[in-house]
Amino acid sequence: MYSVNYHRASSVADAAKLLKNGDAKLLSGGMTLIPAMKTRLASPSDLVDVSRLRDLQGVKVSGKTVTIGSATTHYDVSTDEKLKKACPALAHMASLIGDPAVRYKGTIGGSIANNDPAADYPAALLALGATIITNKREIAADKFFKGLFETALKDGEIVTAVSFTAPAKAAYQKFRNPASRYAIVGVFVTKGKDGVRVAVTGAGEDGVFRAKEIETALAKNFDAAALAGLKVSAKGLMSDIHASADYRANLIAVMAKRAVAAANA
Amino acid sequence: MSDVSLTVNGRRVSGSAEDRTLLVHFLREHLGLTGTHVGCDTSQCGACVVHVDGRAVKSCTMLAAQASGSTIVTIEGLSDGAELHPVQAAFKEHHGLQCGFCTPGMIMMATDMIARYPEGLDEATVRAELDGNICRCTGYHNIVKAILAASETMAKGAKGKAKQAA
Repeated sequence: MYSVNYHRASSVADAAKLLKNGDAKLLSGGMTLIPAMKTRLASPSDLVDVSRLRDLQGVKVSGKTVTIGSATTHYDVSTDEKLKKACPALAHMASLIGDPAVRYKGTIGGSIANNDPAADYPAALLALGATIITNKREIAADKFFKGLFETALKDGEIVTAVSFTAPAKAAYQKFRNPASRYAIVGVFVTKGKDGVRVAVTGAGEDGVFRAKEIETALAKNFDAAALAGLKVSAKGLMSDIHASADYRANLIAVMAKRAVAAANA
Repeated sequence: MSDVSLTVNGRRVSGSAEDRTLLVHFLREHLGLTGTHVGCDTSQCGACVVHVDGRAVKSCTMLAAQASGSTIVTIEGLSDGAELHPVQAAFKEHHGLQCGFCTPGMIMMATDMIARYPEGLDEATVRAELDGNICRCTGYHNIVKAILAASETMAKGAKGKAKQAA
């Protein structure tokens, strides 16, 4: 492991102050950042640990409004009884991330701030039309995810929570890479009072995106049958050793159908 | 440098370590607890799993400084004197190992898993829960068998204790 200075923040304000040290980065679960530091894909001079800040932890459900603190672990999201009632699709999605030891440490805030193009949470938050709350402002998910590992976050900005209105129906289906457990293709569908939203992760060259043609088809008829014969274009999709763009395009249609069937089940 | 204070296997320990020191290195090199292994060092294999505040985590992907203030249990802390923990005994009984390198992590993950499924485990669940623990020699068959057996023994033990209490 390479040299780094570790700081444990006592509050969000303290974390913002500590972030001004050199080339500092926030540390939460560390499930992506620490491996990235070992390979020098990331080389921060300082780490500001926010994982123990109580204000950033926990799931709150008030009526249809769900708020999840940014330092809430995948395990705590996947097992939260209130969330399982309000939005079981999100709890289920969290149970599919990494492996049990990773889920005990990794956090929702870390996942979305990193915005890995194959991570699960970006698809969920985009499909849920979530709001990302920072120490400075509120950002709509549609404006938050900018591209590969890129978000709307500015220097010194800290994600404190995410919030969304639980949809009437939702489901996530993931075709996972058996080694990395990231999504080769993951599709999150929701049907709420603002209509149908479908977000795709793992496939786009620019990261997570909304599949508008699938949304249009499902808006007319929220049923897997509405997607029969759907051909998704491979334009703008990733090709790598795991799957070609064409293969991913096909998987998007397959996962979308399965997700709709699961949402209606 | 960070001051690292931990409770490890019931013993309070403190020491000074470079901020970059990984928890697994602190346990092995500063405390001499070499039962926890470094396998892949990339959070894939699970040979380094220990319990931090009651949760099974990969100690190669956590800084010792991050863990400071926590309660840790390693493989060395499971047995009660000479008496093996039921999961250790089941691994021995069912030959749930060959070379033994992954075993400490397997056992620490197994004890966490059994605690999370007090209603009992089935083979599919055990295999899914072992997603983050890699064994390169046995093919998992006897590991799964051992965990299922330990889960049953521990459930009976818990019922026995409840009866005694009543």
